[in-house]
Amino acid sequence: MIHFVNVSKIYNTNGSNTAALDSVDFKIDAKEFVVLVGKSGAGKSTFVKMLIGEERPTRGRIIFGNIEVNRLPPRELPALRREIGVIFQDFRLLPKKTAYENVAFAMEVEGRPQKEIDEVVPQVLDMVGLADRAQNFPHELSGGEKQRVAIARAMINHPAVIVADEPTGNLDPFNTWEIVKLLLKINELGTTIVLATHSKEIVNTLGKRVITLDNGRLVKDEAKGRYILA
Amino acid sequence: MITSLSRIIKFGWQNFWRNKWLAAATIIIMVMSLLVFESLILFSVVTKTAIDILKEKIDISVYFKPATPEQEILNIKKIIENFEEVEIVEYISKERALAVFKEKHQDDPTIKQAIEELEENPLSALINIKAKDPQQYSVIADKLDNNEWRPLIQKVTYRQNQVVIDRLGKIIDLGNKAGLIITIVLALVAIVVTFNTVGLAIYSNRDEIGIMRLVGAPNAFITGPYMVEGIIYGIIGAVVSMLIIWGVVAWGAPYLRFFLSELDLTAYFQKNFWALFGYQLLFGILLGVISSNFAIRKYLSI
Repeated sequence: MIHFVNVSKIYNTNGSNTAALDSVDFKIDAKEFVVLVGKSGAGKSTFVKMLIGEERPTRGRIIFGNIEVNRLPPRELPALRREIGVIFQDFRLLPKKTAYENVAFAMEVEGRPQKEIDEVVPQVLDMVGLADRAQNFPHELSGGEKQRVAIARAMINHPAVIVADEPTGNLDPFNTWEIVKLLLKINELGTTIVLATHSKEIVNTLGKRVITLDNGRLVKDEAKGRYILA
Repeated sequence: MITSLSRIIKFGWQNFWRNKWLAAATIIIMVMSLLVFESLILFSVVTKTAIDILKEKIDISVYFKPATPEQEILNIKKIIENFEEVEIVEYISKERALAVFKEKHQDDPTIKQAIEELEENPLSALINIKAKDPQQYSVIADKLDNNEWRPLIQKVTYRQNQVVIDRLGKIIDLGNKAGLIITIVLALVAIVVTFNTVGLAIYSNRDEIGIMRLVGAPNAFITGPYMVEGIIYGIIGAVVSMLIIWGVVAWGAPYLRFFLSELDLTAYFQKNFWALFGYQLLFGILLGVISSNFAIRKYLSI
């Protein structure tokens, strides 16, 4: 499903080269739940950006399904991004659209018929526990609620994979676990989940496959991993 | 396709409606630009009328010696009509000149009596010449001076009024040029200001543009609503500026008539209302759409 083939990303800042990812090579299969672990600056966000074509690798290939993402021309990126649901730490909701409209937007850009949108959006909002907050704007929602809207938006088009980049970074412990449970539920329904986090508690509790990044290098990849960073 | 279009229009309208204050600020700038544009049209009508009136007032008259046969004068008239600088030539016979003179002085008994006492018509036949361009009167006057029928001419008024005619010609020419320069400069200022304002409005939305891209919105879905917003700015700007101009014309036209009695700006405005509104609408929409397009292209290359 996802294959990073010997991928490096080198940023040139003020004349010196910094490797955000250094010869990283791993595979993620369909329906897997993978936790990507690393401290800030380990390369987790770079992984997400490269997977959705927001950045291109300096070396190596990124395969998603049968698409070679690093070779995709810009005009084909929107279609790729509709295949991958992305959830961010800062939610990235459209501030002038309601919770309902934010979720519906992902279907509207897909060109789905209005009837289907009217039917599916309330169901998904209900699933993430936001049926009664549908008409609220993001500034009227709490952090946990905003993240649940972002999850609803990410899953509405039934993407093959959902990538969550530090989705609980801005949330309290209660909401953190609500979000993690939601991701597990989505995974049970058959969607691949890649969860990037630096939370020791989440990693150790989940007992899922853990890929550990440190200074841009893949240092460990275990089927039932634990948090090993100091 | 139709679904996408209707969604783009819906998003554009939502953007506009949910950003009321930003939209209002942008529309105010748009209205100002359109007022400049509309004023330039009306200004050109006023200057054109003023220049036409001035042109109308300039002509040269060629007076013939009393003994010149009428047929001879008509032949000369034909020759003058063929001068390329000449617009209209009018022949006024001795009799008509007298009739006009009498009519003009019918309330003056002394003159009336003096004319009746004369047995012969003392006035000369003449031809009035209007040039296509006021600057060309000197050329026409030179042509009149240098030909074989010069001895038949008693006098040419140009030589007496040469300084005034030349000066008027220069004023008219300057008026035309200044009008054109003012139009270009003000139109450019209006365009640049609107471009910047719409650009700033879109700049404030750059994060949203980024989010839409991450969700996988195709470019048409991102740019389309801003184009729609630009069209809405253009339409509202055109309507508001037209209403303002209407008020200003209704208020100012009587004052203008005081200076230029031939100019009825209200009538002009009413007669050309839809054409003027059409120009406003077209200019407003083009300005809105082009500025939106320019501004958004900057933020699409994430």
